[in-house]
Amino acid sequence: MQLELSPEDQAFREEMREFFTTKFPQEIRDAVIAGRELTKEQHVESQQTLNAAGLAVPHWPEEWGGRGWSDLQRHLWTEEMQAAAVPVPLAFNANMIGPVLAQFGSQELKERFLPPTANLDIWWSQGFSEPDAGSDLASLRTTAVRDGDDFVVNGQKTWTTLGQYGDWIFTLVRTDPDVKKQAGISMLLIDMTTPGVEVRPIELIDGGHEVNEVWFTDVRVPADLLVGELNSGWTIAKFLLGNERVGVAPVGTTKRVLAQAKEYAGAQLDDPFTRARFVELENELLALELTALRVVAHSEGAEPHPASSVLKLKGTEIQQAVSELVLDLAGPAGLASGDGSGVPEWARHAAPTYLNLRKASIYGGSNEIQRQIIARTILGL
Amino acid sequence: MDFTYDDEQVALRDAVRGLVGKAYADFEQRRRTVADDPGFSEKVWAQLAEMGLLGLPFAEEDGGVGAGPVEIGIVAQELGRVLAPEPYLTSVVLAGGLVSAAGTPEQRAEVLGALSAGERVLAFAHDEEGSRWSSAATAVTATRDGDTWTLSGVKEPVPHGARADLLVVSAALPDGGTGLFLVDPAGAERTGYRTYDGGRAARVVLESTPATPLGAPGQDLESTIATVQDIGRIMAGHEALGAMEVALAATTSYLTSRKQFGVTLNTFQALTFRAADMYVSLELAASLVQWATMVLATGDAARTADAAARAALQVSRASRHVGQEAIQLHGGIAMTAEYSVGSFAAHLSALDHLLGDGQFQLSTLAARVADHRALDPLETSVG
Repeated sequence: MQLELSPEDQAFREEMREFFTTKFPQEIRDAVIAGRELTKEQHVESQQTLNAAGLAVPHWPEEWGGRGWSDLQRHLWTEEMQAAAVPVPLAFNANMIGPVLAQFGSQELKERFLPPTANLDIWWSQGFSEPDAGSDLASLRTTAVRDGDDFVVNGQKTWTTLGQYGDWIFTLVRTDPDVKKQAGISMLLIDMTTPGVEVRPIELIDGGHEVNEVWFTDVRVPADLLVGELNSGWTIAKFLLGNERVGVAPVGTTKRVLAQAKEYAGAQLDDPFTRARFVELENELLALELTALRVVAHSEGAEPHPASSVLKLKGTEIQQAVSELVLDLAGPAGLASGDGSGVPEWARHAAPTYLNLRKASIYGGSNEIQRQIIARTILGL
Repeated sequence: MDFTYDDEQVALRDAVRGLVGKAYADFEQRRRTVADDPGFSEKVWAQLAEMGLLGLPFAEEDGGVGAGPVEIGIVAQELGRVLAPEPYLTSVVLAGGLVSAAGTPEQRAEVLGALSAGERVLAFAHDEEGSRWSSAATAVTATRDGDTWTLSGVKEPVPHGARADLLVVSAALPDGGTGLFLVDPAGAERTGYRTYDGGRAARVVLESTPATPLGAPGQDLESTIATVQDIGRIMAGHEALGAMEVALAATTSYLTSRKQFGVTLNTFQALTFRAADMYVSLELAASLVQWATMVLATGDAARTADAAARAALQVSRASRHVGQEAIQLHGGIAMTAEYSVGSFAAHLSALDHLLGDGQFQLSTLAARVADHRALDPLETSVG
């Protein structure tokens, strides 16, 4: 057992820290620290800055921009990015469709899509969930029927995060209704400007429009935009959802927010109960960070460490608890969340952030699904 | 950064597991052992000595093995898995640790040599009425008359105080501070009794009892006591991890075998989710204890104090959660002394209260929470 990082990993960590804190647009970092919603342009500028430095898609295969880093280095990259309030590369591009295309796409699809995906020249949306197929994803009903050189797509997707910015959407569609529900699914890439695609915003409890419904009405999609084999969509979806062992617990971000919260607290930090609340959260977060390190230190080229399923479950719980602490620190000032308010910006964003983060224990496989995974696959129940 | 045991450490774990696993293969054996005084098996204690485990933490020139915290943690964790009643934590880690840290070379060689060989059981007599995990002593006072020292006052509870061949006693010094003394128990009045987890403790009354200063006479050793308590907290954490692992395994096994309403209990999602949460608690505690063990290995007392408090807080929370849920998910059978799982909860509770429970650690850490901006487990110093 060894506490310190190797000299190489320590140097790597410092290199990351230096880049994120000195070579990255300060105004974007300030926006993240203040809890402001980023504009599309800021997301794009952020990712393009990272991509130019080779830091947007380091986990991709090397021929498509990957860096061949170890799991521990990827962990350090993510943590330093979050600690420096640098927005992480757009998950739909960097963590979802990119690795999928690199693994399952034809050479033609790779060449056409991977470079602009890494550079966020194309903004991808995710078309998985449907009104009756959330955690039970295989129940999806959006259909794609072959017609000549095209598929014709009909149906509805929902919870399409930032779909209003989307250029393309990677979509799970039912291509064979007559087999076991997992067996008849395919993945199609759909240009969102195609006639028949309609994006409708969903207003959320925090007052924002972060998610959307996407409707498909007789949308014609060229058949060469099928990813992998016909009816192999379930395999691809499992790869997409399962290949993310690093960065599932937003430890770096939560740590930064908790540290900032000490500044927000001001004189409230003299209250022993407030102090105790900070200590409990800090300790849980420390335990989580160490668990993440155990997982990445262990999983080099091997099966995932069983404790990896703890990360999403506990990571989102702590993230939510920290947002709750910040809201409580704001107290009555948190009511002043309107545009004309003069209270500090963090206090104005406290309640919307608290409400928005309720999603964290629902998305990406709800925390109940995570408990089921632990119970079944780890504990054998 | 590496959280895995090397080959030698794995071999050590397997050897200890083999020894105590055989000795306490069935829970009935442990029950029989703790039923009679001294509350542990002298035979197993001798076997631990033969394997070199009692001398593990001590320098070779003192008759020990000179192993590090990771190895001691491995032993503690394996003893925890079978609820081995042998006084490894109190006799070796605490009392022996104090002799190792504060004793003169002669004292170390004599006392630790005999402890390592299994010839002498030590006890640390420190707790006093009203003291709650302080590193200082106040109720027992030391008096000096030339080169002669005597102690007066009451120590209680003293774990394994009745069986001990030698007491390491803390006492308030005449000129202030807390000193440590070696006391031949023949000069003290000892009343031994059972503790609720099957262990043993004693009330030790000292009345002008002759005592030998540990180390230089009159030296204030409060910070040494505090550091050894921190080491004890981390090792108690390992013992608790072992006990929690087995309590969880017993629970999952029970859920898959016990039938109610015609089906096994794991059919009920409400129960399996609670077991999943037990696993989460255990894993998070394991991460902190392993980290604290590595911090301890750096030899930095201030960092170790912080890490020990954090590990103890997490272990306290997890121990109560896992212990309580293990009983609840078993149902009534867990309330019986014949079945093991209730004893795991009892021992976890005893460990929790040995060196400072969660609230105590929380209070300590809360006083310092404004000293740092954020915690970084990879930094070489706590900011």
